[in-house]
Amino acid sequence: MGAGEEERVNWLIEFFGDPANWSGPDGIPLRLLEHLLFSVAALALAALVAIPLGLWIGHTGRGSLFIVVAANLARALPTLGLVVLIVMLLGTASVWPVLIPLVALAVPAILVNTFEGIRGVDPELRDAAYGMGLSGRQVLGRVLVPVALPLILLGLRLAAIQIVATAAVAAYTGLGGLGRYIIDGLAIRDYPTVLGGSVLIVLFALAAQFLFVMAERVAVSPGVSRRVKVR
Amino acid sequence: MITFDGVTKRYADGTVAVDDLHLEAPTGEITVFVGPSGCGKTTSLRMINRMIDATHGTISLDGVDVRTIDPPTLRRGIGYVIQQAGLFPHRTIVDNIATVPHLLGWSRKKARAHALELLDRVGLAPELAGRYPFQLSGGQQQRVGVARALAADPPVLLMDEPFSAVDPVVRTSLQDELLRLQAELNKTIVFVTHDIDEAIKLGDRVAVLRVGGRLAQVAAPAALLSAPADEFVAEFLGRDRGIRRLSFVSDASLRLRPDLTVPASSPVSEAAGRAASAQSPWLAVVDAGDRPLGWVNPAELPRDGTLEGVRLLPYGTFVHGRDSLRTALDAALLSPSGCAIAVAEDGGAVVGVATRESLDEALALAASDVGNGDPANG
Ligand SMILES: Nc1ncnc2c1ncn2[C@@H]1O[C@H](COP(=O)(O)OP(=O)(O)O)[C@@H](O)[C@H]1O
Ligand SMILES: [Mg+2]
Repeated sequence: MGAGEEERVNWLIEFFGDPANWSGPDGIPLRLLEHLLFSVAALALAALVAIPLGLWIGHTGRGSLFIVVAANLARALPTLGLVVLIVMLLGTASVWPVLIPLVALAVPAILVNTFEGIRGVDPELRDAAYGMGLSGRQVLGRVLVPVALPLILLGLRLAAIQIVATAAVAAYTGLGGLGRYIIDGLAIRDYPTVLGGSVLIVLFALAAQFLFVMAERVAVSPGVSRRVKVR
Repeated sequence: MITFDGVTKRYADGTVAVDDLHLEAPTGEITVFVGPSGCGKTTSLRMINRMIDATHGTISLDGVDVRTIDPPTLRRGIGYVIQQAGLFPHRTIVDNIATVPHLLGWSRKKARAHALELLDRVGLAPELAGRYPFQLSGGQQQRVGVARALAADPPVLLMDEPFSAVDPVVRTSLQDELLRLQAELNKTIVFVTHDIDEAIKLGDRVAVLRVGGRLAQVAAPAALLSAPADEFVAEFLGRDRGIRRLSFVSDASLRLRPDLTVPASSPVSEAAGRAASAQSPWLAVVDAGDRPLGWVNPAELPRDGTLEGVRLLPYGTFVHGRDSLRTALDAALLSPSGCAIAVAEDGGAVVGVATRESLDEALALAASDVGNGDPANG
């Protein structure tokens, strides 16, 4: 281990070992909670918009063009630029300057994957479902969604990754979250804090991933995931 | 009864898939739609359960215009089986079968119990109930598809090339299974296939369609084989029409001789005497239970000992009262004697022997029927 690496390990020990970092408004628990709240709120809002829209467009086939536009627009959006722009427009008095860009970032991934999931269901299966006498709504709810669920969850997971990673920008607006450690730390050249903050953000993202993998195990039918215990 | 009355389907792009179709699918019978690819079979079938709506004309179920019934309600009363089975991948086999009962609001317990019963009915082991569709073979999936279609006991069953995607051996067993089920259930079945042999095997009535969605002929299979309406139908029926038609002629017209059998325990000399008095060189050797063992020509054997241990010649059998003239003829051609052995359905004991003379008479009688309407169904 080189001297530089040793120094960084010491930074981490310094950051995580400091009791002052574990309490108060600047403490890890509170920052973590803030980060979690932004992330969950942004994901929930994005899902609320994108899932019904994706299901509807995928099921009816109407408005498919919208999907293409949304997907391309999303790739072109600079998140930081958007945050700054919205802060300029709305000020920093509310949470919207953070939430709007995060939601805007998350919607396309969910929308496109939900749409693709529903569209991608074997037309024979759709046909059989109607042929059995299921209504349009029942076909969607009882057949298309369960079969498309892996893709819908993938969309949510991709959105979550982006949100968690980008939620750090919330710090620019003075709204807190784990990004504060990076910004505040950089401002005063407090590298242990910068490093500690980045490690926390990475761990947070990994935890979110893990949650989604678990959710997939629970929610997706073994008949769809083809993961069945040998009996 | 399903009635097509002047039914036409023109798709949005102008394709006329079905053109002025008049047809009846009688209650309790299998009506087969057959014809080359693109002739409008699927379109015709799907207009019955309103997966597609007709452009002109009326389709009625026992006199009720299907257009007056809302599609989900209509479809819950009609079984529907498609080529790839279309099973719900996220549901277990038993839940797949229980789909329609569930929609109809049966209790969960009743629906599952009934589904298990159907699983057995279509010849699947109860262990499969908890599996998912991807864990089943194509043939097993098709059986589940049939069970699912039958689950709410609908009077009508629509089947669109249900056995086309499985290998020939499995296909034959699925066809036999369907005929066995139909003998018990007496559903009104409309069956679509592009395979004329399948149509002839399964259909009580066969409707031949030509491209452009026009009905070329509708008739019982035997009548179709003996009297195709035109060149197109004749060509579509293919070769060996005469021989294939014999499948529909019962063996009732075959005169059987009871005096051409001999027990294996008999001395050769006695066998020779029996052959001489029967004026036949050939005798069918039978075991103690009267089951056939093979043919002998006693005149060619050394005159000592019994028939035990003598080299017997190959034989062919047909089941008396069940098999067709075609099977009997086939059995005769499998033996150097040129005779076919008729056996009882139960136990397989020999009932008698159809000689070349009696086959000849029966064939002549069958041939004389051509043009006089349908021969007796076997
Ligand atoms: N949705 C559709 N739109 C336009 N043409 C169609 C459609 N479905 C089928 N067709 C056309 O109608 C004709 C009959 O099709 P179909 O009923 O599927 O035939 P078959 O089942 O006998 O092969 C074909 O020419 C086919 O291309
Ligand atoms: Mg077809």
